[in-house]
Amino acid sequence: MTATYDCRGAYAATLADLARQDRNVIVLVNDSVGSSKLDGFVKEFPNQTVNVGIAEQNMVGVSAGLANGGKVPFVSAAGCFITGRAMEQIKADLVYSNYHVVLCAQSPGIAYGPLGATHHSIEDVAWMRVLPNMTVIVPADPAETEQAVRWAYGHDGPVYIRISRFRVPAVHAEDYSFAPGKAVVLREGTDVTLASNGVVLHRALAAADLLAESGISARVLSVASVKPLDEAAIIAAASETRGIVTAEEGLASGGLGGAVAEFVARTHPTRVTALGLPDTFAPTGSPSWILDHFGLSATGITDAARALVG
Amino acid sequence: MMGDTTRWDHVVTPVLGRTAPGASREEVVAHLRRASTELRRRDPLMIAHSGNGHIGGDYSIADVLVTLVLHELNLDPADPLKADRDRLILSKGHTAGALYIALALAGYFPVEELMTFMDPGSRLSGHPNRGYIPGIEANTGALGHGLPIGVGAALAAKLDGSPRRTVVLMGDGELQEGSNWEALMAGAQFGLDRLYAVCDRNRLQMGTPTEQTIALEPLADRARAFGWHVVEIDGHDHGQILDAFAAAPAPGKPTFVISHSHKGYPISFMSDKVSRHHHVPTPDEIDAILNELTPDDIDAILSELEEQK
Repeated sequence: MTATYDCRGAYAATLADLARQDRNVIVLVNDSVGSSKLDGFVKEFPNQTVNVGIAEQNMVGVSAGLANGGKVPFVSAAGCFITGRAMEQIKADLVYSNYHVVLCAQSPGIAYGPLGATHHSIEDVAWMRVLPNMTVIVPADPAETEQAVRWAYGHDGPVYIRISRFRVPAVHAEDYSFAPGKAVVLREGTDVTLASNGVVLHRALAAADLLAESGISARVLSVASVKPLDEAAIIAAASETRGIVTAEEGLASGGLGGAVAEFVARTHPTRVTALGLPDTFAPTGSPSWILDHFGLSATGITDAARALVG
Repeated sequence: MMGDTTRWDHVVTPVLGRTAPGASREEVVAHLRRASTELRRRDPLMIAHSGNGHIGGDYSIADVLVTLVLHELNLDPADPLKADRDRLILSKGHTAGALYIALALAGYFPVEELMTFMDPGSRLSGHPNRGYIPGIEANTGALGHGLPIGVGAALAAKLDGSPRRTVVLMGDGELQEGSNWEALMAGAQFGLDRLYAVCDRNRLQMGTPTEQTIALEPLADRARAFGWHVVEIDGHDHGQILDAFAAAPAPGKPTFVISHSHKGYPISFMSDKVSRHHHVPTPDEIDAILNELTPDDIDAILSELEEQK
């Protein structure tokens, strides 16, 4: 059986490594130490941890002020609250003011499956993507999570990174290096492109196996960098394959699917099927059940690809 | 609508600069009073030019702004990003006009540029932008944002063991935003005694008096209950403003300065009028304002202060 990982482990270890090297690295939490897997970090770096309590608007404002004072804040809170509750602070204090703050959205998407839609963060990628000056990253495995966090540390501007708890296998090679605006072809293919990221990416890889069995050659594109988008890779997919299926843990509109559809409509029109939650909140269920329920399974992605190019 | 202001071209705004090191208290107050008058003379011209602005709140915060920018805070217009500068955050970003004039008077950018206020492509936007001009720490305008940023800035200083101060200028109506109360709790919890929140207590918000909208009183008690040291001053008295910042802060407590002020002060037909929140003054009103606010003669102020002694 393939080993699977909770990406928070790589996240916490990377932050600790950065904090050891740079005492300006600060972690902000909203009483979210345990849920961010940061117990060890808090113990080792009590003076580099700021707990603002359950107050997300203040948390994001405080992060901007810390950045003003030369700190490098990593804001670590549940994706659903860090975005929706503090949206205007993200817009005005971080993005418009151009402060180097890294928003680390814990347990995003439908990771809190049974807790219900208040705790799901299915809108976050769409909300963050339309903010000018924001970088949006949805890592798929521990290696990519670590790389994204390290890159964000060195990037002088606001960054949004999803940090998932939903266990995933490693999909990237050990020498993988994240770069913004750079998608990775995990598998070559000529009939259809499966563009995915986050916890759904390994399902897209499994779908490519199923499609191969029925003679359809699927390219699998790993698109952790939703913004900036790898425009060359998308144009290549649009011109070299007969259609693009996007698959993501979130709303089908506005996120990765929205980004790809907008881009190809402007540059190289091709058929796009965007898989994700349709215009609805998810019912109660485990994360994997919810993904399957909305066709974000290997068979669901396979069916969508077949319908598109079969 | 852009207005024609050529009839007031004779009005000149001097670059007064910051107070001289070693100046006596009387000299400091005289300098600040003169600068405040110059701010109030330039402000209506900018608003008439742009057809937009917040003259009432510009006037109520004018004396505090001038005192902080031209004297009290450790700032250097020649090195606006110097590492241990004090941090000034204008949470009531709609009074950007007053901030711009204070910065220009101090020498952050040419006073001539003031008359580009809100022009297409101007660096002087209707609300301040730190990427456009020096001397701005945060892009404010949405209310309830300044104090959380101030808490973060003061916390960064504390973590570094820096003595620098952080001052947030807030409107009073703005306190109706809940984010301020989150920040008040955090500022006290973190023991940020180098943090100052100055509430420009002119008692009027955009449409109505604060107490008839969502009452803020008993404001001092509320701030105390949230763990802050409270100081109340006449926000138009430069001496009292100086004293509020010269006093040693309460150990471990941030300071909440209630700056009692008047919108439109001291103009006879503008003071305390809710209708003056973002009124664009007519040419006749501007003439009347300029008549009431003749440029101060420093020697006259000094001899007046000498007599008061």
